[in-house]
Parts: sequence; structure tokens; C-alpha cells
Amino acid sequence: MRVAFGRLALILWAIAVLFSVAGCGRSRSAAAEAAGSEAARTIQNTGSDTLVNLALAWAEHYMQAYPDMNISVTGGGSGTGIAALINGTVDIANASRAMKKEEIDAAKKNGIDPKEHTVARDAIAVVVHPSNPVQGLTIPQLADIYTGKITNWKDLGGADLPIVLLSRESNSGTYVYFLENVVRQGVKSAVMFSPDTLLMPSSEGISNEVRQNPNAIGYDGLGYVTSDQKVLPVAKDSASPHVLPSAATVNDGTYPISRPLYMYTAGEPQGEVKTYLDWIIGPEGQALVPTLGFVPLQK
Amino acid sequence: MTAASKPVAAARSRWSDFAFEALVRVAGFSSVLFVVLIFLFLLREGVPAFFEVPLQNLFGTRWYPTFDQFGTMPLILGSLLVTFTAIVISLPLGVATAVFVREVAPGWAREILKPLIEVLAGIPSVVLGFFGMTVLAPTIRQGLGMPTGLTAFTGAVLLAYMALPTIISVAEDALDAVPKSYRDASLAMGATHWQTIWRVVVPAARSGILTAVMLGLGRAIGETMAVMMVTGNAARMPTTLDSVFRPARTMTATIAAEMGEVAQGSTHYHVLFGIGILLFLITFLINLAAASAILQKRRRGGLR
Repeated sequence: MRVAFGRLALILWAIAVLFSVAGCGRSRSAAAEAAGSEAARTIQNTGSDTLVNLALAWAEHYMQAYPDMNISVTGGGSGTGIAALINGTVDIANASRAMKKEEIDAAKKNGIDPKEHTVARDAIAVVVHPSNPVQGLTIPQLADIYTGKITNWKDLGGADLPIVLLSRESNSGTYVYFLENVVRQGVKSAVMFSPDTLLMPSSEGISNEVRQNPNAIGYDGLGYVTSDQKVLPVAKDSASPHVLPSAATVNDGTYPISRPLYMYTAGEPQGEVKTYLDWIIGPEGQALVPTLGFVPLQK
Repeated sequence: MTAASKPVAAARSRWSDFAFEALVRVAGFSSVLFVVLIFLFLLREGVPAFFEVPLQNLFGTRWYPTFDQFGTMPLILGSLLVTFTAIVISLPLGVATAVFVREVAPGWAREILKPLIEVLAGIPSVVLGFFGMTVLAPTIRQGLGMPTGLTAFTGAVLLAYMALPTIISVAEDALDAVPKSYRDASLAMGATHWQTIWRVVVPAARSGILTAVMLGLGRAIGETMAVMMVTGNAARMPTTLDSVFRPARTMTATIAAEMGEVAQGSTHYHVLFGIGILLFLITFLINLAAASAILQKRRRGGLR
């Protein structure tokens, strides 16, 4: 009985393998045919996880307005999108940081000249547990916190509790931005995050810990901050006023930690890609930006 | 009629014998081939790391890969810390459960417990990770008064839970293999049920239990998702005594978190594969130890 069953399983397995091989062959040729006739109408868009929801919203609305267009949006991180652009596998790469010099060099080596387009702005919010009594922080204080110089909330006017540092993973554009502009305070140096910093693989990881841990401090794009976290007002230095992040304070430049969000194309955008980017930067595209918690470009 | 069909049937069975033998052979060889190919791929991508990065940096204590600091020591120690804590938790639990299921539980309880333990093995690790992040971590933080619940210990508890089914079923098989005559002899000498279990049956199954632990260890050290979600992923050196209750970053979580981002062919990419090689070596050594334990058991016929 057992032998018979083993044989049956083996036959089924062999059939399955044959079919899957045949299936692969067929779907590949079908894809090739589709690419031949519709390549001009499909836009591949990948990259930053910060931008992914906004890019999806743009794509959905654009495809509703122009039903013959097909835009596929995926996340994976700014570096992933830029790497795909360098390898020539995407039309548009989303990035929450500017391309590094090495990346531009690598792209040029592949015959690709990346062009940068600012599509929206983003405020980085500093968040703590709702019960945290601290009323605001300055950038130098944040730098001291994240390098491990200040380790207790009582030094910042809070309760006698240890500070638990939360950060995004090092592959995130948000991580790089925060490191360069807050931890290093915009000065080139070898200062790093404290080794005790918890690196969370997702925005959800940060909000989950901030929500339930009174010791925690974290940072993330304003669009990802939920209402059950306390957003701290931030001041540029001890002489400046503490400011809460919002579209208004980002655009008038009073909120100190905000950054542009980019889309990169290989060379000057052409045809469908150019139409799409113009639509994004135009009034229709920018109208969607604040609904996802980002800051629209100022006209 | 019968005279004509017999050779046909014989020929057909010979042909199908041949076909199945060939299929089985291909399947067997291909799995070996795949393992070899994967290992070669791992070597090709990972070995350059050991030449591109000075060993002092590679085995240093600072892991900031985006800034060319590739100290893998905190990751290796983080993995070992989490894994061994997991085994310390799951070994007594697993062996006790196996003893209960095999030696103590009445027949009906055994019928319920055995499939339940197998279901335990089928829970996806990401589900356990989510449970750990939202339920276990806050409980550990409040219960132990830690600054954060995302610690090596939290990861170890989840890993222990994941290694338990392996440890229980292999240990139970080992207990099962102890000849009935041992128990009979022990009981006949006037030993109690408990004395028989503790002094005769468990020691006789010792090498099988060791195998169970080794397999559980191999399962635990390679686990990624749940660990990444609950250990906090801070690449700090676990040099202080309270390190178990502090965040840790494991080798697997590092590879999973960073591989998606890294530029192909860069030093960081090679270093991540280099970590893969180290991980492979560690699991290989563990499996080797398990295999030699099994071999020893066979040589002694499963007896002490």
C-alpha cells in the first residue's frame, strides 16, 4: 500500500513538474507578445517605501483618467528603486533621498543618465508615547539622544525613565536623511547612531513600539504617524521656537526636518513617462499629496 | 491468450521498473546537485568579502554597513545568544513533554497531544512574530521592568516555541526506542515508575535526546522572520550580563533586512553572503554533531 502510494505521489510530482515547465514556457511567450504591442503604455515604477502609498494613489487616479495606461507600482526601499533604475529595469525610480555619487557613476557606466524630479515634500515627525510629558526637543538634543549621550527622559524634562531609541532599518532613505541632518546636524562627520538603537524593519514596527512603550522615541515620515502617537514639536536650536510638522510649517521652512521626495528617470523623460510626471507635478497630482500626509510642492 | 499476455505484462513491469528507478535516481541526484550548486553560489558571492574587507574590520564590533563598518561580531554573538537561550528554555520543556506523552499520559491524552504538537510546528513564523511583537514584548517589558520588550530574550522565547515540536517528536521517538525489557527489569527490581523513567528510560535515550536538541538548535539558528520582528535588531555587543534582556541583532535578520536594498556586487552585498557562509558553517557543524550522536547511538544499539 505504501509503495503504491509512493509511486502515485511520484507520478503526480512528475506530471506537476512537466506542467509547470510547459506553463513557464507559455507564459513567457505570452508576456513577450504583450510587451511587443503594449510596451509604450506600461510604466514600471518602483522604490521608496515612504513614497509607495502616494505613488499608488497617483497611479490609480491616473489610470482612471487614462484607462489605456498601465502603471505598476512596487516598494522595496529607495536603494532598491535606484538599483533597478541603474540596471534599466524600471521607467521611474522613487526615492526619499537624493542619489549618491557612486550610484550616479554606476548608472552612467550602464549608459543611463539619471534625471531627478521633486514630486512632493515630506516632514519627518519625532514621535513618543502619548503619556510622555516632554513638550518639545531641539535638533542638538535629538542628536545627543540618538548618539547615546542622553539616556534618561529626566534630562529632557520628562519622567525618570530610560530612553529607548527606535530607528528605521539602514536601507531606508529616512534613516540616511535623519542620520545626516539630525544625528550629524548637517555636518559631515563619522558620528553614528548609538549601537543600542533598535532598527525596526517597518514603519509599523516603530508605531507599534511607540504606541505601547512609554520609554520609546522614534521618527518616521509624517504620513505614517497614527493619531495614537504623540508628535513632538522640534526646534532648530535652543534659540528657535518649537514647531509642529504640517504642510504650512514645511513650506514656510520653520519646521526643521523636512525633505524633498524624488522620482528618477533614465535620461529626460519621454512620451508616456513625461506626460505622467507632468500630471504628478501638476495640480491634479499635487491635490492627492496632502490626503496621504505629505506636503504638496509650492507653486 | 494467457500465453501471449504474460510476456507483455512482464515487459511492461520491467519498463515501468526502469522508468521509476530512473525517476527516483534523477530526483535523488538532483537534490544533491542543488545543494552543491547553492553552496558554490554562496561561496562565489561571499568569499570576496573576506578579501575586500580587512579581517580586523570584518570581525570587529561595529556594524554600520552603509558606512563601510562591517563588524560581524555583534551579529554572530547575537545569533548565538538568542539561539542558546532558546535551547535553555526549550530543552527541559521539550524533554518533559516527550516523557509525559510517551511514559505518563493515558492513551487518550496521547492521541490528542501528538497531533496538537504537530500543528504547533505548522504555525507560520511570521504569525508567531506578530504575536511576539504585539503581545509577548509588552508583557515582557512590563513583567520584567525592562526599558523595552524587544529583546534577545523575547526572540529566544519565540524560538523555543518553534523548536519545541522538533525536540518533542525526536525525543519521543528516542524514548520509544528504549526496549520494553529495560522498563520491565527496572520495575521488577522494585523501582517506582518515576525512578524507572528518570534513571533508566531517559538515560538510555540520551543520545536520541541529544539529537533532538541539535535539530532544534539548527531550526532555531536559521529562523529569521519572527526574530527580526521581536529582537529589536540593535547591533550591540552582548558583553554585559544583562545582554539577554537587551536588544540583539541576529545574522539571519541582518541578511533579510539588508539584502533587498544592497547594490549587487558591492562590498556590502559580498559581506551579507559572507555572513551566509558563516551561518552555513555553524548549522553544518551542528548537523555534523547531531549526525555523530546518531552514529554513536547506532554503534551502541541504542543502549547505554
